[in-house]
Amino acid sequence: MPFADPYLLPIAGLLTAIGLTEIYRLNPDDAFRQGIWIVVGVAFFALALFVLRHDYRRLETYKYLFGLTAIALLLLPILPLVGKTVNGARLWVQVSSLRFQPGELAKIMLIVFLAGYMREKREVLAQGRLKDWGPLLVIWALAMLVLLETRDLGGGLLYFGIFLAMLYVATARVAYVAVGLGLFLVGAVGVWRITPHVRERVTIWIHPWTEHKVYCPTSQHFDLRQNCQSFQLVKSLYSIGNGEYAGTGLGKGTFESVDGTQLIPGINTDFIYSALAQELGLIGAAALLLVYMIFVLRGMRISLLAQDGFSKLAAAGLTFGFALQTFIIVGGILRIIPLTGITLPFVSYGGSSVVANFLLLAGLLLVSNRANREMLR
Amino acid sequence: MNRQVSHIGVASLVLLAALIVGTTYWQTWANAGLADRQDNAIRTVAQFTIKRGKIYAADGKTLLARNVAKQVDGQTLYFRRYPAGPLFADIVGYSTQSHNRTGLEESYNDYLTGSNANLDTVFRSALDKLRGTTISGNDLVLTVRPGVQALALRALRGKCGAVVALEPSTGRVLAMATNPTYNPNLVEHHFAQATKTNAPCGAPLFNRATQGLFVPGSSFKVVTASAALDTGRFTPQSTFEDPGYCLEYGKQVHNFADQSGPEVFGTVSFPTALEHSINAVFCNIGKSIGAFTILDYMKRYGFYSVPPLETPLNERQASGLYKKGKLFYPKKAYQVDVGRLAFGQAVPDLFATPLQMAMVAGAIGNHGAMMRPQLIERVVSPGGKTITHLRPDRLGRPIKQRTAAELTSMMELVVSGGTGTAAQISGIRVAGKTGTAEQAGTRLNTTWFIAFAPADAPRVAVAVVLEKQAGSGGSVAAPIAKQVMEALLR
Repeated sequence: MPFADPYLLPIAGLLTAIGLTEIYRLNPDDAFRQGIWIVVGVAFFALALFVLRHDYRRLETYKYLFGLTAIALLLLPILPLVGKTVNGARLWVQVSSLRFQPGELAKIMLIVFLAGYMREKREVLAQGRLKDWGPLLVIWALAMLVLLETRDLGGGLLYFGIFLAMLYVATARVAYVAVGLGLFLVGAVGVWRITPHVRERVTIWIHPWTEHKVYCPTSQHFDLRQNCQSFQLVKSLYSIGNGEYAGTGLGKGTFESVDGTQLIPGINTDFIYSALAQELGLIGAAALLLVYMIFVLRGMRISLLAQDGFSKLAAAGLTFGFALQTFIIVGGILRIIPLTGITLPFVSYGGSSVVANFLLLAGLLLVSNRANREMLR
Repeated sequence: MNRQVSHIGVASLVLLAALIVGTTYWQTWANAGLADRQDNAIRTVAQFTIKRGKIYAADGKTLLARNVAKQVDGQTLYFRRYPAGPLFADIVGYSTQSHNRTGLEESYNDYLTGSNANLDTVFRSALDKLRGTTISGNDLVLTVRPGVQALALRALRGKCGAVVALEPSTGRVLAMATNPTYNPNLVEHHFAQATKTNAPCGAPLFNRATQGLFVPGSSFKVVTASAALDTGRFTPQSTFEDPGYCLEYGKQVHNFADQSGPEVFGTVSFPTALEHSINAVFCNIGKSIGAFTILDYMKRYGFYSVPPLETPLNERQASGLYKKGKLFYPKKAYQVDVGRLAFGQAVPDLFATPLQMAMVAGAIGNHGAMMRPQLIERVVSPGGKTITHLRPDRLGRPIKQRTAAELTSMMELVVSGGTGTAAQISGIRVAGKTGTAEQAGTRLNTTWFIAFAPADAPRVAVAVVLEKQAGSGGSVAAPIAKQVMEALLR
């Protein structure tokens, strides 16, 4: 890949290293497992680069296969035998002792499908005839179905956000984005009304602290909400606040109470940002987010430089998905939006996440290699 | 297409920038609010990462509070141990995770954790934080003598009560014992066991010396006598007629309980009336000078305000008249039974803390000047530098020097030949006053003895109170006061 973007791989390496360091600090055993997953992820990364070294655009021919596989993967956790509910969201597939989140891989496949489909149908979609709304409505319905069945507000927002962003790039119609967002809001309110799990998430978001005791479903007693449902969010905010400007220093943060119990469940997966923010402080956390921004800038630059529609759409979709996923988890932790569990790209502990992020990186490198080569020609 | 790509690129960057803003908000703007939250376990842990200062008794050697290090989550946490056990429990208090803090551990937390605003400490703590080394707090050295404290607690064994000993000229607290008490080492993990007691009155965590409200009985007569002499309405030469009772609201209130000698004394002088604690005489003095004169002198002695001391405010109580559990200052004279007030058994209830009565004795002994009671001799930095040290502070002058001298000789009579002979120390002139208040509905008494010695230049003033005693102040409280004074004067 002589012409590939020179920034992306080092940035991904840096983020992976930061994540691995923090995971090691929190739980050395998990860090070892994460190390194995990084090796697996790099292997997939190398394989993808090798297989697609001549022309990745032949993937476009298999777009429907990718689309169907993505939908199948998304619906996999709903299946009775293999599906598994963790923390109230049905996002996991378990086959004997191997557990993974198919949604992470589905995200990449969905982007490949959308890039191929939209490149083909760009013009007709832009005309806005009623029959061309079909795919939009189908995708919207599917996203809502996934949202409903997996009770995963964050995942739904992510897939639909990627879809709308790519649709906007393909058709240049702001109205589609507006209508799409409207439909998502209607759907979200609907889900909020019928799903207690989602309703609870919103309540926690708006009122994490209560001054009077409220009913606590887990203990079945009355308790302050910060000691019950919003426990995780509130403890995570304390962790971030404790970092102040300069942080406590790596290894010097407090993640356990005096008697040695873990303060924040899921600290090395979804909540790794609150661990980093405490130990690195505002300076370190802002630096980390700036690194994400550089990644996004490079990704968008690749999309701008790409010569064909499929490459542009794919690179934009992958980059926007990366940014939106970061926003959904960190924004949730920071109480900017309701909290939903999703991994922080490259940093969080988790096998499926690591593999998917390395495939995303491979995709961006492939597109940039081709774009730069054609520029020089 | 490129325009749209740059649009979503900008949108992505805005989303990520919002995260930086959000992080900034929680780490700077909202940080103080988060830190103050009660359920913020990180702050609780942070308190335990500090090597709290040690606490020593007056000899500078007897260790009252130290730390033990424990590794939790790769951090070294420091937990408190109290080598003296129950001996200083009510003064030092405890610092725990499960039951927070009390005593000096609470009120001097800033000094003990090195977070006091003193320049030297601020500089050192900031340096420690930068270096990443453990922050060490400042050590406290108390004024309390460990030997006398142990003696006082031993004297109280099996009884419910308190002993307070002060140095009248400086206000130093030389001993402050209360019984029942508790073992502060048990509070963290065995709280139920710490609060258990064999004593007949319970509540071992309650510091009777500063919080206990007891009816002062005849020991209060020194306040009435102060008012009578200091206003010039009576002199030591004044004589009184004692019929054996006093007319209150047309009813006879008989001499009782604490009195020594015959039932009816006939014509007596003022010193004799105090010496033998004749209720009828004080009842008439009270009626003569009026309730507001007595109340005025109570306030001068510090009644109606919480006595100053370094322990937390909620561990001290104000003395005075109480009505329905609340401090009550009458607006009209008829609201208080002045005759009974004058001999210390008023309706509404007259209550005094042992600390307050020790301050009264100390003020009389210190020629009428009342000194602020203080428990902290000095605060020493981990480097051995003294940060602050005790400076004697005069709270006020409740009575004239002449009044103090007159009262002193009258109180000497109490010990030499009156109700308090049990407090005599050979070779030393002791001035004192007994008190015995009947406990309503029982045949038991609250017994008092307040005293200072040597009478001409006192080095110790003491107040002893015992609840639920069959005997009188002179028979049960005075011997304890004598023991404590003897130990301190030796």
